[in-house]
Amino acid sequence: MSNRVPPPPSGGSGALLPPDAGRDRPLFVVAAILVFLACIAALGARGAWLQAQRWTSDLESNITIQIRPVELGDAQLDAEEAARIALTVPGIIAAIAHDRAHAEALLAPWLGTGNLPADLPLPLLVEVRLDPQFPAPAEALQAALDAAGLNASVDDNSRWAGAVRQAARTAQTLGLSMMFLLAGAAAAVVAFAARASLAARINVIDALHICGAEDRFVAGLFQRRFFMLGLKAGIAGAVCAALVAVAASLSQSPADMVFFLPHWAMDPFELALLLLAPILAGATAAVSARLAVASDLRGRW
Amino acid sequence: MRYGHGPEVLRDLSFDLPRGSFQFLTGPSGAGKTSLLRLIYLAAKPSSGRISYFGRDAAELTRKEMPLLRRRIGVVFQEFRLLNHLSVFDNVALPLRIAGRRRADYAEDVAELLAWVGLGEKMDVVPATLSGGEQQRVAIARAVVGQPEILIADEPTGNVDPEMGMRLLRLFAELNKLGTTIIIATHDLSLVRMLDAPVMSLSNGHLHIRAPRSQRQAQANAEAGAEAGDIADMAQNDSATEPRDE
Repeated sequence: MSNRVPPPPSGGSGALLPPDAGRDRPLFVVAAILVFLACIAALGARGAWLQAQRWTSDLESNITIQIRPVELGDAQLDAEEAARIALTVPGIIAAIAHDRAHAEALLAPWLGTGNLPADLPLPLLVEVRLDPQFPAPAEALQAALDAAGLNASVDDNSRWAGAVRQAARTAQTLGLSMMFLLAGAAAAVVAFAARASLAARINVIDALHICGAEDRFVAGLFQRRFFMLGLKAGIAGAVCAALVAVAASLSQSPADMVFFLPHWAMDPFELALLLLAPILAGATAAVSARLAVASDLRGRW
Repeated sequence: MRYGHGPEVLRDLSFDLPRGSFQFLTGPSGAGKTSLLRLIYLAAKPSSGRISYFGRDAAELTRKEMPLLRRRIGVVFQEFRLLNHLSVFDNVALPLRIAGRRRADYAEDVAELLAWVGLGEKMDVVPATLSGGEQQRVAIARAVVGQPEILIADEPTGNVDPEMGMRLLRLFAELNKLGTTIIIATHDLSLVRMLDAPVMSLSNGHLHIRAPRSQRQAQANAEAGAEAGDIADMAQNDSATEPRDE
């Protein structure tokens, strides 16, 4: 045996956990997909909420006056009169009387164009825009129209606004439920993978344990490894979700589809979500791995 | 001790390992040598009974105290249990790293130890590229680098040639002279005969302790001397009582 003492190797110490050598790659892919789906679900819920906000805001800031035709009367003149009266009511900032052509256009999807006889009486509409700060009550407008002797009815769209709000709530609940379910699935997958990883590296744990490593030291090694894995998978998933959301927002989708697609408005919510998702993925992976390792170590003396 | 609901592997064992002693543990395969060693190096809990270390009952130690106790025990496994993704240097330095020491503080010591076991030129290589004997020496270096008070070696010469086996035994003897309590499990009786040390012999889960050869020899000599004295006395008494012809 040689007694000459060569200098110790330069550089730092090697990582105590062996490199994954591709073993953790499927977990990376699954975690990235789950984070992607969770982000899409969250962005979709956010999109549904924003869309519902816009629609209900439109509905609530507008009132429609329907002018019913009367025998020997001129509906167009009545509509213009109704618009003039509406402008005298406090809380109304604009009133536009629409003509018969507008009414025919509204009926076109059901009756087609050019199929209506010219003498068929049609109700005309007056579109009234409310002051957003102090909107006029529908009852006050109705009273003013009645006082003028017009055969008109006021529709404040409350029935539609309620339905839209309800639909938005349902979409939001679905989106958030999906997000939480996916987060739970991600945690379960990572916990399972952590146990598999632990089983594959049991020789390392044995060696560390016998050499006097504390439980938290061993758990910390796996925790760091899985945090980085979750973080990287989270970044990949979040970036993909952002790209899909941007693409969906740029495309000219029909209004009813927009309701279910992820929305990209480049606002703080989306940025916070996309920044938070990888951190949450990393933290979930780290905690799952730590619990799995701690559970194994507790079974040892 | 038993594993799960299986039969008892070890039973009715009671022994004391004096500090600085050197013991062999022998017995046929399946006698329970490895199980006894696992109990001693705290890898397994006894299903009944008590194990005390340095005056403290191991069962009363907290989970935080157990690692500190393990650091006072070095283990050389029959199958080495080296980490093949780490260099020889990092394998040997593992107990020091776990103990929280900085690389700069232990690098020279580890290098010196590796030179002492003849692996000074192979610090950078991974264990898988070493021969069985070299891996054995890495395992021994890892076991002793933290200067443990107890060193346990399970078949430490099982994978090496007789010459290397003798060199390793001399290494253990030197460590023992420095105050380390040594327990070597082996079924190689030629190895046992090389040193004058007590032998714990396991058979069917029972332990029999045989005193060192010199002690047995001294005892035998003393008994022989006593017997010879008795015969002489008897002869003298006989002659005293024998009627004389005058």
